[in-house]
Amino acid sequence: MSTPPDPACLRYRHRRHGMDHQRYEWSQLHERELVEWPGGARVAFWVNVCVQFFPLNPRGIPFAVPGGMSMPYPDLRHFSLRDYGNRVGIFRMLDTLDRWRIKPTFAVNGAMVERAPYLLSVLRERGDEIVAHGWDMDSPHHGGLTPMEETDLIRRSIDSLEEATGRPVRGWLGPARSESPLTPDLLKEQGIVWFADWVNDEMPYRFHTRAGDLWAMPLPNEIEDRFILMQNLHSEDSWVEQVCDACDFLLREAAESGGRMLSLNLHPWVLGQPHRIARLERALDYVTSQSGVWPTTPEEILRHPSFRA
Amino acid sequence: MQPDLKLYDYWPYRDRPRIVWPGGARIACWVAPNIDFYELDPPANPYRKPWPRPYPDVSGYSVRDYGNRVGHERQMRLLDRFGIRGSVSLSAALCEHHPEIIAACAERDWEFFSHGIYNTRYTYGLSEEQERAMILDAMDSIEKHTGRRPAGYLAPALSHSEHTMDLFAEAGGVYTCDLFHDDQPTPVRVRGGQRFISIPYSLEMNDTIAYVVNRVEPRRYGGMLRDNFDRLYAEGETSGTVMCIPTHNYQVSCPHRLAALEQALAYITGHDGVWVATGREIAEYFLANYYDCAVADILRKQEAAGVNAA
Repeated sequence: MSTPPDPACLRYRHRRHGMDHQRYEWSQLHERELVEWPGGARVAFWVNVCVQFFPLNPRGIPFAVPGGMSMPYPDLRHFSLRDYGNRVGIFRMLDTLDRWRIKPTFAVNGAMVERAPYLLSVLRERGDEIVAHGWDMDSPHHGGLTPMEETDLIRRSIDSLEEATGRPVRGWLGPARSESPLTPDLLKEQGIVWFADWVNDEMPYRFHTRAGDLWAMPLPNEIEDRFILMQNLHSEDSWVEQVCDACDFLLREAAESGGRMLSLNLHPWVLGQPHRIARLERALDYVTSQSGVWPTTPEEILRHPSFRA
Repeated sequence: MQPDLKLYDYWPYRDRPRIVWPGGARIACWVAPNIDFYELDPPANPYRKPWPRPYPDVSGYSVRDYGNRVGHERQMRLLDRFGIRGSVSLSAALCEHHPEIIAACAERDWEFFSHGIYNTRYTYGLSEEQERAMILDAMDSIEKHTGRRPAGYLAPALSHSEHTMDLFAEAGGVYTCDLFHDDQPTPVRVRGGQRFISIPYSLEMNDTIAYVVNRVEPRRYGGMLRDNFDRLYAEGETSGTVMCIPTHNYQVSCPHRLAALEQALAYITGHDGVWVATGREIAEYFLANYYDCAVADILRKQEAAGVNAA
């Protein structure tokens, strides 16, 4: 090992009570005030569906996003399989969600507005909450962007969706949950109210920006269809089992600890496949048939007195 | 660099002096919750990148923070239910960042052993003096905040130098969790000649290795824990074995995973002849009762095999 030892390796600038940054307060979930959901519900159940465009010619800056192209150009197999989600899988998934009376949110890449106006008009008709999901899946936010470039990326993503749906966009999910050091500040400045990039909590919490607080909404990565099926290569049955186990656990915990949230982030290109959709149906059937489960959306959750501005 | 640091001699699993754990137990079981602090913006290390993504790696940082905000309390309550005292593998800076967690563990008489200062500060590239300073800093702060000097060491992020064991033994440490060569405690050779041992900590049963590296399903992880226990329990009749469950509060405590650990702990603690202990208790018992005969047995077998003990 030839590199001379760097004295910085033994300096600890942020070794103090709380976090090593100023974005939010250190707070353990069990220490917080109990949350009482409407109607005595114990678990608020939020489903988010991602509508994504994976370009065939990704630059991969600053990294290749999960689910992106992985073969030499033109990687038609992955390009078209992702596109399948927006052509076929999404409609299968909409039927399923409607059958179980789930009102999902849709996190939509801005680029989808031009690529699939029909789909956007369907989403507009439905009236579900539309969440900005960045421009496309090759536009992760990162520190290499100038603040002006990043603001433009955020603005374009929000504007295209607002124009297509005629409603204000309040929520944000970054492509690959990636951020620059400034992303939360810029999101707040552009009118975003909540975002779901940080996976450090299971209840909404206040996230500080230079323009005021955002709400950080819990949307765990670890139980996503993409993470469990495509990354971990678990079986579809195992995904159902994991969702049911999570639901059971949260219902039990909520009986003592106050309201909890179960949030599922879904991808039509994953669960919208013919051999998988029945597993989504089984999971929804189980979760919605438990007493104490409240299917809801971030918009409703943020109207709750515990989380109002 | 050397082909082998010669930390221990070859010592076949057969025909060793028989270990019997306290109360006639055949297996010592310990649960080692890692309570880590990862920095959002650590200094660069020339040999290992702390985060796969550029600053700020929101995904990597925030899921680990989840462990402290949400996961720790869940795991602690679960261990309470089974009467298990955790042996905490502790990022020492957590004493300053999250003393509330330290207090909750201390109240339960859990053990704290050293896991460096932060899990984003590696041993790689440190001079011997720097590594000694890091080891002493961690031991001093753990002692200051918990009232007891740690006996064990799991190097931060399992990053080592050639002298890690020597330096930790010189600082007064008694056992290491960094070696995966055995299912029983074994003597470890250090340059100062201290009575220093390895306590089995398992990479295979480690939830992060299972969930992140090997990507197993939660219920399969529970099954692996039971299988691991069954075999070590059976073999413990011949000579006492050690089973360790190393956990991370951001892995095991997810709502879709905790039942797997719960079922495994219910199964393990439902057996007779199980000594539920801490790492320090196992180390102290081995040192007091079996260390000398282990050293003698190793020497005898090395000589019988015509190997010159190093």
